[in-house]
Amino acid sequence: MNIADELLKGSRLALSRAITAVENEYDDAVNIMQELYPRTGNAHVIGITGPPGAGKSTLTDKLAKEYRRQGKTVGIIAIDPTSPFSGGAILGDRIRMNELTLDQGVFIRSMGTRGSLGGLSRKTSEAIKILDAFGFDVVLVETVGVGQSEVDIVKTADTTLVVLVPGLGDDIQAIKAGILEIGDVFAINKADHEGVDRLHTELEMMLDLNQTKIAWRPPIQRVIANRGEGISELAEAIEKQIAQSKESGQFIKRRTDRTRTELLSMLDEQVGRFVRKKLSVYGKFDEVVASVEKREKNPYAVVDDIMANILRQ
Amino acid sequence: MEKRVRILVAKPGLDGHDRGAKVVARALRDAGFEVIYTGLRQTPEQIAEAALQEDVNVIALSLLSGAHNHLFPRIVELIREKGMTDVLIIGGGVIPDADIPALKTAGISEVFTPGTSTTTIIDYINANVK
Repeated sequence: MNIADELLKGSRLALSRAITAVENEYDDAVNIMQELYPRTGNAHVIGITGPPGAGKSTLTDKLAKEYRRQGKTVGIIAIDPTSPFSGGAILGDRIRMNELTLDQGVFIRSMGTRGSLGGLSRKTSEAIKILDAFGFDVVLVETVGVGQSEVDIVKTADTTLVVLVPGLGDDIQAIKAGILEIGDVFAINKADHEGVDRLHTELEMMLDLNQTKIAWRPPIQRVIANRGEGISELAEAIEKQIAQSKESGQFIKRRTDRTRTELLSMLDEQVGRFVRKKLSVYGKFDEVVASVEKREKNPYAVVDDIMANILRQ
Repeated sequence: MEKRVRILVAKPGLDGHDRGAKVVARALRDAGFEVIYTGLRQTPEQIAEAALQEDVNVIALSLLSGAHNHLFPRIVELIREKGMTDVLIIGGGVIPDADIPALKTAGISEVFTPGTSTTTIIDYINANVK
C-alpha cells in the first residue's frame, strides 16, 4: 500500500505504519515524510514534562478527555526510556490511558528513547508531524520522567506544560535551572498532598524573578489528576497561553526557529553520511586512526586533510 | 537504525494476576524488545486497537481465568480484521493441554504453559517474528 496516501485517506493502520517506517528509518520513510509535510502545521503541539512519578500519564489522559469533550481530536505520543544495556524497553504509559483506546478520535503511540538523552525519542518530531498530517487537532507529547536538563521538548512543542508534585524534598532548589525555565504553563499535581502551599509559593517567587519570559508570566494551576480536578482550568490556561503566543509573535518565532534547527540538523546528517561514504572509498581510515592514536599524526590536521581531499573530488 | 521488534503484552479477561505477564515483559525487555504493557482486564477490542496503534510485531496474551477458548480466538479475529495479517500472536497462562490444538487452529501460534522458561519464549519469538 502507499502509506502516505492511505494515511491521508484516514487509515489508522497506515498512520501506525508510517510512524514505524520513520522510527526504524525504513527506505520509504523520507518519501512518506515528503508527501505528508505539506499537510502539517495545523495541530497544536503540547509537551507534558516533569519528574518521574509526577503524574504525567494520568494528566495526559485527563487532558485528552477534556479536549475530546470540546470536540477536538487528539494524538498522543508517550515516551519511556530505552535500556542502555539491552536496547529493550517497557513502555507502560498506556496503562493510564486505557479508557481512550477505543475512542476513534484518539490515537496513542508509545515510543522508546532509543539512545536520545533529551527526554524525547529520536524520531518524536517526525511522529508529531505524522499525527499532525493525519488531522489531529491537538498532539500531546508526554516526555520521559525528567531531571534537570532534559529540555528538548521546548524545541518541539508549541506549549510546554511542566508538571510538579509536592513532597520531592527541597523541590524548587533542586530543579531551579533546566525544566523550570521551559514551562509555559505549570501544573502542581497531587494538590491534596502535604506541602502544596509551600511548593506553590516557591514556584510563584521563582517565576517572579524570571525576567526572560516577561511577555508571558506562566500561570500555575493546581490539579488532582486522578480525580479530574482542575483539568478544565488547566486546559483554559493552555488556551490562553497559545492565544497570547500567537498575538505576541512568539508562536511563529518558535516555529520558525524549529524549522531552522530541523533543516540544519538534516543538513548535518546528510553531510555526515556523505563524508562517511567518501571515507570508506578512502579505504585506509583504520590506518589513519592508528597513527593518530600513536601520536604520529594529530587529529586536527587529519580532519583538515580529509575534508580538503573530499572537496577537491 | 535497525528494526526493533515491538511486543504487546496484554491481559485479556477478568483475572487480576499479572505477575506472570510482568516477569515475561521484563525478560523481553532484557532481550532487547520494545514491550508495550497495557495492564489488567483488557477487552479483546482494546487489545486489538492497542496493537494497531503501536504497530506491534508480536502480541503476547496472558490469561489465568479459564476464558482463553473464548477470548484468544476473538482477539485473533479482530487483529486480522484490522488488516494486521503478519502479527505473531502467542498465549500463556494456565491453559489445559487439551485446549491447545483448537487455539492453534484459531490462529494462536504457540501456547506457553506454567513452568516455561522465559528463554524458550524469547527464542520462539526470534525464530518466528516477521
